[in-house]
Amino acid sequence: MLTLSDIFVSYGMIAALKGVSVEVRQGEIVALIGANGAGKSTTLMSISGVAGLTTGSIRYNDRVISGMPPHAIVALGISQVPEGRRILSRMTVRENLEMGAFLGDKGKLQQDMDRVFAMFPALADRSRQLGGTLSGGEQQMLAIGRALMSRPKLLLLDEPSLGLAPIIVSRIFKIIEEINSQGTTILLVEQNAKAALRLARRAYVMESGRVVMQGAASELANDPGIKKAYLGE
Amino acid sequence: MSESRNTVTRYLSFLAVPLWAGALAFPFTGPWRAFQVVMVILAGVALWGLLKTDAASRIVNAVLYKASGLRASVNSILFRTRSPLFLSVFIALLFVIPFFQNDYYRDVLTLTGMYAVLALGLNIMVGQTGLLNLGYVAFYAIGAYSYAILSTRFGLGFWPGLVVGAATSAFMALLIGLSTLRLRGDYFAIVTLGLGEITRIVLNNSDTVTGGPNGISRIGRPAIGGMVLSTPLDFYYLILVIAIVTVFAMNRLMVSRIGRAWIAIREDEIAAEAMGVNTFRLKLLAFVVASAWAGMTGVFFAAKMAFVSPESFTFFESVMILCMVVLGGMGSIPGIILGAFLLVTLPEVFRDFADYRMLGFGVALVLMMVFRPQGLLGTAKGK
Repeated sequence: MLTLSDIFVSYGMIAALKGVSVEVRQGEIVALIGANGAGKSTTLMSISGVAGLTTGSIRYNDRVISGMPPHAIVALGISQVPEGRRILSRMTVRENLEMGAFLGDKGKLQQDMDRVFAMFPALADRSRQLGGTLSGGEQQMLAIGRALMSRPKLLLLDEPSLGLAPIIVSRIFKIIEEINSQGTTILLVEQNAKAALRLARRAYVMESGRVVMQGAASELANDPGIKKAYLGE
Repeated sequence: MSESRNTVTRYLSFLAVPLWAGALAFPFTGPWRAFQVVMVILAGVALWGLLKTDAASRIVNAVLYKASGLRASVNSILFRTRSPLFLSVFIALLFVIPFFQNDYYRDVLTLTGMYAVLALGLNIMVGQTGLLNLGYVAFYAIGAYSYAILSTRFGLGFWPGLVVGAATSAFMALLIGLSTLRLRGDYFAIVTLGLGEITRIVLNNSDTVTGGPNGISRIGRPAIGGMVLSTPLDFYYLILVIAIVTVFAMNRLMVSRIGRAWIAIREDEIAAEAMGVNTFRLKLLAFVVASAWAGMTGVFFAAKMAFVSPESFTFFESVMILCMVVLGGMGSIPGIILGAFLLVTLPEVFRDFADYRMLGFGVALVLMMVFRPQGLLGTAKGK
């Protein structure tokens, strides 16, 4: 479904990605784990078209999407939940969701919104509240809900557990699983490697701009090197 | 030891501000005026020190509390501006008021309307989309000059001129936006700043086309049927109609899907991008719409004055219009109209203190930024 072949990205003089190749197949949950600054977020940003490639290519359903502007990529059905949620804090919850459906057709707006509210009942109760007044967990739910409003086929999640209490994290992860079971393919970037490896089918481990390991999530979770470096065991 | 040193630095800092202001004023005003400046600011600083004591701060808080109540009630009245009854009474009043005024006040009101239209146009960029434009006056000038030239040389009428002026400014904005809107934040502001100055200098130096510093005179007046509009009252009604059309257009635009996307860009450009907003195209659109409005107002200005010269299009004009948007409240239509009203009428009311106008202006803006960054009636918070 999505293929990154040997992509390089640099910010000025600093190379952030030095030849990353990742594949995501239809219906999967794929995790990208690694430490701070390993290039996980940059990988997502380059898929979304926000970060430009130096070399390499990104293909989505047999179509080269690298070089396309972000809005065109969203229109193809790739939606990102950016790191740090980036809620429009001075718009209401409802308005945030409406913005998520910016490219969608108006007739399906209410239907999509009902679907999001069914998935996150807390948002339905607060639909008139300003985004910035929500708790961290609710903001993360809103960010995910907003991304779902464009009916993505591929959902890119950047650190959905960031700054959230463990109980909220497990709830968010359960919802991600549910979204996946309804047919949305998911590429998940996480520092919380333990939770990510439990959720994902396959995973890639990144270190300073390169993929250093890849394979089935269950195997990686049992790998002694990974255990030591990322799982704290 | 450190205690006494603290006291010394405190007194020094107490004196530093007035002395610095005095030193700045001295070369321009001479010793006597500079001394006055030092004394006035010293008094201000002393007052500030006094306010910081406990008893005083309690009184100030009580006053501020009262003031916030007042503001709330003003806001609730303005909220009712959405009711059709209130709106129609208000508009009717605007139509009747000039009958009870002399020509001088009619002219002041006409200026208010003109600046309100300009500020409402700029608001689309600054208030709604969050693009700082420091050279807005360039597009005002382009509109005014395109009508001035076409009217004096080719006899173009006012009404088509209004469209042509708006289109010329919009086209210029399109060209400039295409090449510079990829710049982020401050860099774009610097480009517009340069643009404003370049435009004025070009107008000043292209003698054969623009008449250089002498400007262009005997510009055609607007006419309806066979009736030529020429009195202050005529122009008051003309700008009133333009302003009403502007308010309705802006209101529609601001709550539309495009308006929403503009707000999203202002709030968080990356989030807007992630939601599929074509940020570049929408920023360009905001720039073009704002500039079209400036161009249209420029045509009105040229027709009213029947004369244009580069002097009317200085950087100061850009700053004034920007202040109206910021002072009144970014993103709020009633707020911006109030801003235009205050900034046009207050200098007229305080003509006797004209020398200190800029001083008062600066102080007012600093105070606004400190205490109410969202403007008098604004909803959008300053960044």
